[in-house]
Amino acid sequence: MEKLYDKTLEELHSLLVSKEITAADLTQATLDRIKETEPTVDSFITLVEEKALAQAKAIDEKGIAEDNVLAGIPIGIKDNIVTKGILTTAASKILSNFEPIYDATVMDKLYQADMIPVGKLNMDEFAMGGSTETSYFKKTKNAWDHTKVPGGSSGGSAAAVAAGQVPVSLGSDTGGSIRQPASFNGIVGMKPTYGRVSRFGLIAFASSLDQIGPMTRTVKDNALALEAISGFDEKDGTSSGISVPDFTEGMTGDVKGMKIALPKEYLGEGVQPGVKEAVLKAAETFKALGATVEEVSLPHSKYGVAVYYIIASSEASSNLQRFDGIRYGYRSENVKNLEDVYVNSRSEGFGTEVKRRIMLGTFSLSAGYYDAYFKKAGQVRTMIRQDFDKVFNEYDLIIGPASPTVAFGLGENINDPITMYMSDILTIPVNLAGLPGMSVPAGFSEGLPVGLQIIGKHFDEATMYKAAYAFEQATDFHKKMPVILGGDAE
Amino acid sequence: MNFETVIGLEVHVELKTNSKIFSPAPAHFGAEPNSNTNVIDWGYPGVLPVMNKTALEFGMKAALALNCEISKDTHFDRKNYFYPDNPKAYQISQFDQPIGHDGWIEIEVEGKKKKIRIERVHLEEDAGKNMHGKGGYSYVDLNRQGTPLIEIVSEADMRSPEEAYAYLEALRSIIQFTEVSDVKMEEGSMRCDANISLRPYGQEEFGTKTELKNLNSMSFVKKGLAFEEKRQAKVLLSGGEIQQETRRFDETTNKTILMRVKEGSSDYRYFPEPDIPRFVIDDEWIARIKTTLPELPAARRTRYVQELGLPEYDAKVLTLTKEMSDFFEETLAAGADAKQASNWLMGEVSAYLNSEKLELTKTKLTPDNLAGMIQLIADGTISSKIAKKVFRELIENGGDAKEVVEAKGLVQLSDPAQLLPIINEILDNNQQSIEDFKNGKDRAVGFLVGQIMKATKGKANPAIVNKLLQEELAKR
Repeated sequence: MEKLYDKTLEELHSLLVSKEITAADLTQATLDRIKETEPTVDSFITLVEEKALAQAKAIDEKGIAEDNVLAGIPIGIKDNIVTKGILTTAASKILSNFEPIYDATVMDKLYQADMIPVGKLNMDEFAMGGSTETSYFKKTKNAWDHTKVPGGSSGGSAAAVAAGQVPVSLGSDTGGSIRQPASFNGIVGMKPTYGRVSRFGLIAFASSLDQIGPMTRTVKDNALALEAISGFDEKDGTSSGISVPDFTEGMTGDVKGMKIALPKEYLGEGVQPGVKEAVLKAAETFKALGATVEEVSLPHSKYGVAVYYIIASSEASSNLQRFDGIRYGYRSENVKNLEDVYVNSRSEGFGTEVKRRIMLGTFSLSAGYYDAYFKKAGQVRTMIRQDFDKVFNEYDLIIGPASPTVAFGLGENINDPITMYMSDILTIPVNLAGLPGMSVPAGFSEGLPVGLQIIGKHFDEATMYKAAYAFEQATDFHKKMPVILGGDAE
Repeated sequence: MNFETVIGLEVHVELKTNSKIFSPAPAHFGAEPNSNTNVIDWGYPGVLPVMNKTALEFGMKAALALNCEISKDTHFDRKNYFYPDNPKAYQISQFDQPIGHDGWIEIEVEGKKKKIRIERVHLEEDAGKNMHGKGGYSYVDLNRQGTPLIEIVSEADMRSPEEAYAYLEALRSIIQFTEVSDVKMEEGSMRCDANISLRPYGQEEFGTKTELKNLNSMSFVKKGLAFEEKRQAKVLLSGGEIQQETRRFDETTNKTILMRVKEGSSDYRYFPEPDIPRFVIDDEWIARIKTTLPELPAARRTRYVQELGLPEYDAKVLTLTKEMSDFFEETLAAGADAKQASNWLMGEVSAYLNSEKLELTKTKLTPDNLAGMIQLIADGTISSKIAKKVFRELIENGGDAKEVVEAKGLVQLSDPAQLLPIINEILDNNQQSIEDFKNGKDRAVGFLVGQIMKATKGKANPAIVNKLLQEELAKR
């Protein structure tokens, strides 16, 4: 059998429909590839071999629907998405024994589309981090260079796709956690508009910022996956009733007349020269395709990180209170009274970065500080959003780097939270404004992938995909795959 | 020195929606602990609250009934604190934009009417229940978690335990009429915490207040406040200072007992609930809810007194519940006299409901058959004594009053042609009584009437009997 791990969804679908391979074959091949590459990449916390193979068998019996590109396709799920009967840990000790009794809404949708979850992917603990190094279980490696971080918090989701372990994975993004790891691993990652995808079953980090999104190697695959998980959910009061279009419709390669903005604040100090160069080249590519690219300003960008860390930490400090050792999860054994149960379970169960953010958030909400921190951050958030509104009055899309740097070394920044936080500076404002943002492969610097971030208007993922597809087809970055130690026979 | 008592009350009312305020689990109490719960109530990772629109509208209805302004722009807030019966470790409540504000109700104490202002009415979810059991373990039942509540906070306008009692009665009655809650303190669908302080007459500043909890009935509220009033006066008169305390009422001794000293207020780190979008309430929505409000107790009482000529007392008792008041009005609509209907409802009907522990709507008595029975008394077909038998039959087995009377042969004997022979026979057999009567012993008449009633098995019309008896006695 030819290798399947570098095929697109449409290519795999074609093989399944023609019965050259069965869903069981594909799932088995996926599991084999994962086993070969895990010693190097280490992206999975949990694998569900038996369940996946049983599901594949059932799908084969049912038959692959010709009009469903996703039928029989294996998928990896970030471990902060609740999966019934499958260990869900959020990469934390405090949930290390947690087996949920219900499925997230996105899981229902995947099962409905006959997709086959093969395992739960590693991440920063409770999605708090930019390198997947705060995980309680393991440190995932960048698929291109195993001494580098895969980015975070969806590091496992990104590395697994880049390494050809799965053709598609789900990640989550609160301040850049899909786009930055996608950028570090040279793949496509989309954070949809806030409200596009249901958050029911996503273990909450920052309720007003979190979104689930797909990670794939090609733009088209990404659009197909997003369509499957999008839509109004009555279980999520913040989900939108806006209709879900065919996101692939505009993928003609034609972007003539498209008006693209490039904020000057996005190519300033702190952006590595190689990254800047790749982005400027991308701008030229768009121009050559007939789009216009002009410089604009988003003056309040520089407040984004401060605003984000106050709001996200405040919401998180409240969302993580439920992990109290009483009803589920880790409960400390050395306890003498109720307060011990709370204090010791949480002190022992949470990692350092999580505790740091809980304290930050608790402080920002506390009496006497609420106005100066949380309330003020909310007001500046509105100003950041207004910057985007102004630009989108005249432009269709905004582009820039997804991250100021390429992937840094494992252990390099983990003890320097501020530097770690700054790597989100380009992605954070997008979450604050609720806008959709994606990263597409835009080249290499020092041998490591560079991602181009494309930002669209609210609920206009279709235009983003249109531009991303044209760019992808005009370049060959998406055709490159890393060589994985142990995973590539040649 | 004389002290003025200052009282404010916080009342929690459970809304009787089918499902909980933020989850689809049933909002009724299952006998089995944790049987009416789902993952949302448990505060499982990944769950989200979704607004129960009926709870919101019930809250608006109650606020309107209490004469509140409705907040046109409102939202929920998280109140953060750790406790085992609080699974998310935050309660979804309302902090700075309560659904209703600046309302009032009117109370009456010893003939004097007074307006008590209501500061706010807000929506929130109830917590679960902790039970402390054997072996040093505590048990958590989350059936109650997520039940919709409204919290009604009064201004500190009450000046005596009697006013507090009157406020609770009036409040309970108004809410009961809106049908958004059963408001039964004994069942927990209405709960009251009280705040009380004293100040010298003429002083504008409030004195230090204490908070009273565990007040499980309106009468205990009154008793608790009465005790606390005296306790605080004693402390102040002896030169001491009132400590800010939370005290619980002890039902066996009728005293308040220290629970804990309040050291400043807790910091709940309130912030707007991000999982539930803000609400904009337009005039049209408010108007629509207003049309669902029934005529409220105060208005009905006024109407009963002024238009129907009933005494104030009757009006008050009849409007204690909407069921009773509606039943009364339907009985009138079926043709009954207002005072008669009132007497029966306040008397025999209420006594029956209390002794059998039933609700009016669960009996077989209907406005039609009650009106029918009252009519039979009015036209002399039955005496009021006989009516008690008829009433019993109607309330237990239902039916038509006239048919019951005929079936049981209870028609009153009023025909002189039938009564005279009996009267005369009794007189013939009771010469001594006739003698006694002629000698001025009026009691003899009563004896003779009794004998006549006995002979007619109670069916004789007492008024007619009396009249005819007097006539026959005069002849002898």
